[in-house]
Amino acid sequence: MKIEAPLRLKLVGVSKSFPGVRANDNVNLSVRPGEIHALLGENGAGKSTLVKMIYGILAPDEGEIIFDGSPARISNPRAARRLGIGMVFQHFSLFEAMTVLENIALGLDSRLSSRELLAEFNRVLEAYQLKLDPRRVVSTLSVGERQRIEIVRALLLKPRLLIMDEPTSVLTPQEVEQLFETLRKLAASGCSILYISHKLHEIVALCDTATILRGGKVVAHCDPKRETSRSMAEMMIGANLKEIAKPMSRGFGAPKLSAQGLTMPKPSEFGVALKDVALDVRAGEIFGVAGVAGNGQNELMSAMSGETPAPAAEAIMLAGRQVGRLGVTERRNLGLCAVPEERNGHAAVGEFSLTDNGALTGRDRMEMVRFGLIDPGKATNYAAQVIGAYTVKATGPGALAGSLSGGNLQKFIMGREILQRPEALVVCQPTWGVDAGAAAAIHQAIVDLAARGSAVMVISQDLDELLTLCDTIAVINLGRLSAPMKVGEVSIEEIGLLMGGVHGDPAATIEMTEVLHAHPA
Amino acid sequence: MRIRLEKRLTPSRFMQIATPIASVLLTMALGAIIFQLIGFDGPRAIYETFITPVVASYKWQDVATKAAPLIIIALGLSLGNQAKIWNIGAEGQYIIGALAGAGVAFALPDAQGFWVIPLMILAGIAGGMAWAGIPAFLKTRYRVSEVLSTLMLVYVALQVLNYLVSGPWKDPNGHNFPQTPPFTPAQLLPHAIAGTAIPPGLVVGILLTLVFWLLATRSVYGFSVRTVGAAPNAARYGGFDASRTVWSTLMISGGMAGLAGILEASSQLGQINLGFPSGYGFTAIIVSFLGRLHPVGVFLAALILAVTYVGGQVAQTVVHVPSATAGIFQAMMLFFILASDILVRYRVRILRDAPRTATAEAVA
Repeated sequence: MKIEAPLRLKLVGVSKSFPGVRANDNVNLSVRPGEIHALLGENGAGKSTLVKMIYGILAPDEGEIIFDGSPARISNPRAARRLGIGMVFQHFSLFEAMTVLENIALGLDSRLSSRELLAEFNRVLEAYQLKLDPRRVVSTLSVGERQRIEIVRALLLKPRLLIMDEPTSVLTPQEVEQLFETLRKLAASGCSILYISHKLHEIVALCDTATILRGGKVVAHCDPKRETSRSMAEMMIGANLKEIAKPMSRGFGAPKLSAQGLTMPKPSEFGVALKDVALDVRAGEIFGVAGVAGNGQNELMSAMSGETPAPAAEAIMLAGRQVGRLGVTERRNLGLCAVPEERNGHAAVGEFSLTDNGALTGRDRMEMVRFGLIDPGKATNYAAQVIGAYTVKATGPGALAGSLSGGNLQKFIMGREILQRPEALVVCQPTWGVDAGAAAAIHQAIVDLAARGSAVMVISQDLDELLTLCDTIAVINLGRLSAPMKVGEVSIEEIGLLMGGVHGDPAATIEMTEVLHAHPA
Repeated sequence: MRIRLEKRLTPSRFMQIATPIASVLLTMALGAIIFQLIGFDGPRAIYETFITPVVASYKWQDVATKAAPLIIIALGLSLGNQAKIWNIGAEGQYIIGALAGAGVAFALPDAQGFWVIPLMILAGIAGGMAWAGIPAFLKTRYRVSEVLSTLMLVYVALQVLNYLVSGPWKDPNGHNFPQTPPFTPAQLLPHAIAGTAIPPGLVVGILLTLVFWLLATRSVYGFSVRTVGAAPNAARYGGFDASRTVWSTLMISGGMAGLAGILEASSQLGQINLGFPSGYGFTAIIVSFLGRLHPVGVFLAALILAVTYVGGQVAQTVVHVPSATAGIFQAMMLFFILASDILVRYRVRILRDAPRTATAEAVA
């Protein structure tokens, strides 16, 4: 049995400190050969620091890393790869303008002729039944296919341990399933996998064992098959998870926020054009917009919030008024508030105090301005009110927004908008990079706002979030928004298909492939 | 032993105030050493430059005279600098402002009455604004960097000045010197307080310091300027228009430079000649940073720079240092204040290399 073989990886008392933070504190961890081992924890629990030490990017302050039974000193990623440790990062490092094979050749430590490389490439594809055309140009590939390049790149090294850092955050449900197939095959062939995630149902579906980190310390080793998502979440946050209290019967009023024939040109070369977007969010409704990143979410966000006014006034309606041509401030004064995706530098100014950040959007609706002057007392009060109502951990209204953790800043931003009692609220990625406790609080705040009769639009790449939160869901793909579907009546497969397995105009992709095939390299 | 910079959670208030003071002191210390090394009486040169104008009461009026335009120009620049819009062509706006005001004076040679001076001042402000409007247009329309366009327009302004004082506006009774005719008494700004020699520009500077303090720290407009500078996306989200900020800050800084120019021409010189540009527009950049872009800081920094102007002349006559001395000290101050900026946001830690080797042994 596997248990008798030496452990593939053993960490003994590994610690790592950064100024003011003990990122890892006496971490012990064992991974057997062929095991899929989950590393679970909230943001900031120390998962990334730990794997960076295993992959040689950081050096541990204390403790030992034992690989295949012998102590290893891994001074850099190259040394890690030589030992047989591969890593697939959350963010890919690929050259868009180059082909799949060229990208792989660039990432290799050893020099191979292109024929040898192609043979190796095909061997890996066959062994794991992966589909990837070596001659395709990366810019024509979907995110899932791009990730496959990174995986193949790692597999070419015949790894004995593969580290996967949040691999599913950018994938459609179908792509996730394909990835899991590959990982299971890889594990069956004896490679161990260290799988980092905070998506609990994935861990239940995929992993054999799990190590849960909290505040840099190991709080539990467990068997995910014997746990529930909920029990693991509670170990992860160290507290009882609050269920979102969502009223069962929900009646919706008249449409409060609508878009009709909303077409916007590309904001820049790398942006996405919006094409004939139509939607209706009724009073009391939570309307979700799903989609893979980069399909027009940010463009839709700024069209709705007024950061980029629409070409026609009637393209966007707020409580029966045409607001398409109005700017941010005017829409806000009519009751349309918004929370963009990027917290630092967009939804808030990191180097400003919370007071100033409160005034950034709340100055008119909260009546802080008289004769063009901001009343500092009122601004401070408002920030304090938000901090109090949303239990934001901060030293006070004078704290700089940049000094808050992601979750706390997001709670502040959401609170700042919600306390303005908006008629309609548009939020993008409300819980991205936010710990489970804060995420629950933010979800509850959204539900409560809708229950008070506001129209809420949630744009998110986290499908689970949308399915638990929303009443209605639509999918954005290439700047087009699908017809709305009722959550509860729609299957996850349907949504996945609408999200589009192929990132790029399907017709264009086929065309491109044909061209490339006609001229083989 | 290693030195490491650690980011502070909040910028240090102490360092914000301490670094400008330290910059001045460092300039004095290093300046003394340098001038000693190149063969002057270094400490004496520093004393005459930095201390004499402060302790000798008969120099105070000179200091006030030099400080006034610096305050007015630097107040305007500080606002733009907060939005990260870098107007480094205040010198040009100062010149054009003075010329515009003088143009009104020469167009109405026989005019009498209280309205002549205000009209000249308004024309001065408008002239500075117009000159700064060119970079604003180029930036908002064609994304031309204002750093280049404002600076280059200084040289254009110098040519305009050169042309006017040696051509159409040349004083017919001026023995062919490149200068305009003198202003008439109705076109000359009186002293602020009759009987004293307090320059009117200083009174204007003090009032404007208060106005800018209110504008920068309390007003929605000042808030919008800071937001545009700190986070342009957040500014757009907060409803602040970036190109409107480009326009308004350049208009304000240009207008202030123009105001300083016409005040200088109509109170100190009484005419305009080729020697009119005296570098106030450039020195005001130093004032703005030394004052940490805060109106009160700007006011104090302008006094310090004015001291170096006056003291530089004293040192020239007493210690026989070259005329460039004051400029060298001013440049050193700017260098130190910019270099020490990092201390506001970072904390210096001195680390001793220690436990690394121990763990390495344990692993091996």
